[in-house]
Amino acid sequence: MRDVAVIGIGMNKWGELWDKSIRDLVAESALLALDDAGIDKVDSMYIGTMSSGLFTDQEHLASIGADYSALCPIPCTRVESACASGGLAVRMGFMDVASGMSDIVMAVGVEKMTDVDGNGATFALATAADQEYEVFNGVTFPGLYAMMANHHMYKHGTTRDQLAQVAVKNHRNGKKNPLAQFRMEITIDQVKNAVMIADPLTILDCSPITDGSAAVILCSMDKAKELCKKRIVKIIGSGSATDTIQLAQREDISFIKSTAVAAKKAFEMAGKKPSDIDFIEVHDCFTIAEIMTIEALGFVEKGKGGPATADGLTAIDGKLPVNSSGGLKSKGHPVGATGTAQIVELTKQIRGEADKGRQVKNANLGLAQNMGGSGASSVVHILEGM
Amino acid sequence: MSSPKYWREMPQRYRLEAIKCKKCGKVLFPPRLVCPACQSREFEQTRINNTGKIETYTVIRVAPSTFVDQAPYIVAIVNLEGGVKILCQVADCELNELKIGMPVNLEFRKIQQEGEDGIICYGYKCVPKL
Ligand SMILES: [Zn+2]
Repeated sequence: MRDVAVIGIGMNKWGELWDKSIRDLVAESALLALDDAGIDKVDSMYIGTMSSGLFTDQEHLASIGADYSALCPIPCTRVESACASGGLAVRMGFMDVASGMSDIVMAVGVEKMTDVDGNGATFALATAADQEYEVFNGVTFPGLYAMMANHHMYKHGTTRDQLAQVAVKNHRNGKKNPLAQFRMEITIDQVKNAVMIADPLTILDCSPITDGSAAVILCSMDKAKELCKKRIVKIIGSGSATDTIQLAQREDISFIKSTAVAAKKAFEMAGKKPSDIDFIEVHDCFTIAEIMTIEALGFVEKGKGGPATADGLTAIDGKLPVNSSGGLKSKGHPVGATGTAQIVELTKQIRGEADKGRQVKNANLGLAQNMGGSGASSVVHILEGM
Repeated sequence: MSSPKYWREMPQRYRLEAIKCKKCGKVLFPPRLVCPACQSREFEQTRINNTGKIETYTVIRVAPSTFVDQAPYIVAIVNLEGGVKILCQVADCELNELKIGMPVNLEFRKIQQEGEDGIICYGYKCVPKL
């Protein structure tokens, strides 16, 4: 396997982008990434999107994405694994370069979610759950994570305040990220007293509906040494795993096993362990998700994610900064774009290019965790500065 | 909901039909073609037990369009006797009675109806065990 480097990153401003279509979103980040790398073509392309069909009536994203990025006739492949589509697109790009099939590959993640109304978005997102045995009975995505939260609180004593602290911390980081959707600070009381969506989760425990994209350009290490004028960031580990589609069929309802398995593979490939890692981006689609993922990744013991958050472990100046970008919670969650945006953030941090007030000190080794549905798929990447 | 999509799940939803692995004894609901525990492909017919305990729950306040009329309603994961876990609604239960570990029974109930002319869909919900 060849060594693979990230040589270009691009991400547009996220939010409710009424004036932009999905093709614009793909092209915007693709062009930013090409400019960042200082190149104008790539050998192949991967596009991660969860459900462009249900959100925008547009399938065949591989073609429209390559076309409007002026990259035809290169091969382009659409990748889908619900909210982990972006992370998986990065992994496909990594494999393409590592295998020697391509020298330079672009991975773009995108979701255009505001062409449908709230009901339409709820319907589209719910297709990541089991339609026949979960959605049929009236559960929603907030509902699935709410059940995980209640289970975690019952089993481990996690508190309502600890959940809220995840949102408070991520909004504090996101406020300093000019590309984030919701750039305001919030308080624990605001989170607790906001409109209830699915007990115990209020609307401020949930990530928002977002339009956005993010792109990364991956390159063989030999070529990166020729081309890259910035600090070279190497992908040293990649892991991916699946789990039962139904939450009910998991032995431990509030443990994300697919993340634990994917992380084990990524750590093995990288030759690293959790204590080596400087900072991480995780999939905080709901506040409880960040608590469960830092446990599954092995940074804290099972059940200790809540107290660790309350103690400041995961703050920007803590021992393990988590979601310096603002996370899905504040930055936004255009589902297919989230995984690629995490790689953009790790690269920015390792290069020392993060915005003032949210640059992690000594950011050399970062990890990204992206997951689909209620944790039925996970992708983990580990990146290191050269 | 399309009628074939509803029709083909009736054995599970109406009669709680499941399969039991002949090799390792695991009960699978809904039925599958291969056992995830031992990869055996030989099964015998069985049914899931209709009594169990609530493993976790939530109250859905913001519901999908087909369930808006029912909100707020309770959804739970129920650990049935015999080892199968399922997700279903909890009916006939006051919110302040609801707790993890609560014993419940499964009952045959109306689940949803799609518009005025849509199929009326039935299935199982759990109710507190008296
Ligand atoms: Zn078996």
